[in-house]
Amino acid sequence: MANQFAALAEPMRARIVETLGRRPMAVGELAALLPVTRPAVSQHLKVLKEARLVCDHAEGTRRIYSIDPAGLGAIRAWLDRFWDQSLAAYATAAEREDSQ
Amino acid sequence: MNAEAQRISPAPIRKSLRVRAGQRKAFDTFAGAMGSWWLKTHSLVESGQKDVIIEPRAGGRWYEIGNDGSEKQWGRVLAWEAPGRLLLAWQLNAEWTYDPDFETTVEVRFTPDGDHTIVDFEHRDLDGFGANAEAVRGDYDTGMDGGWQQLLVNYQAAAES
Repeated sequence: MANQFAALAEPMRARIVETLGRRPMAVGELAALLPVTRPAVSQHLKVLKEARLVCDHAEGTRRIYSIDPAGLGAIRAWLDRFWDQSLAAYATAAEREDSQ
Repeated sequence: MNAEAQRISPAPIRKSLRVRAGQRKAFDTFAGAMGSWWLKTHSLVESGQKDVIIEPRAGGRWYEIGNDGSEKQWGRVLAWEAPGRLLLAWQLNAEWTYDPDFETTVEVRFTPDGDHTIVDFEHRDLDGFGANAEAVRGDYDTGMDGGWQQLLVNYQAAAES
């Protein structure tokens, strides 16, 4: 379905990920940079963390969020399966047409 | 911005298959009749996919056509070397949106092997997905497992019919 492709993360979450891609940050820094409240940032980070898109670690009393490097691997894994299936369909088509 | 963002370079996706078809037919089916085998569920048009077109020349467009005639570009042709090699730019970013500034590379080589053809497939330069790729991940985690399950069922039905 088109919306499985297109229905992506909520836009602010995408922006948070994008922002964390530049450098790791604490919640307060994110809230200061983005047009969103601190509680909202926390909520988004919770969702992103559950999805293993971001990870966090303690630095003194602060919790620093950063991109979870496993995320790209997940994209790759998805593409890998995607091409497996597509190429299987391709082979079937190539062999079918060849026999005609 | 500073460069301390965590970056990993994913290995290229490589597939090799041997199809029971001559080199020309193997190439033509891949490049000239993509719409005949592309999984229809993997589409960006709202009206359902009618066809997938790869314009047969370097610089040509790679796009899909919906049942209502609308078009969605996926990328472009970097090299069209029928019947031996096809080089495409996949320009759908991590948000599955066509982005002319975004580019990953799909290379397909067709090598004759008797009355068969070895098809070597590679999707590379995936680090272009960058940080934005993570945004898609959650969607896959929550929605795609079910989606893939259904796709596999559909594919199997089609392949065995």
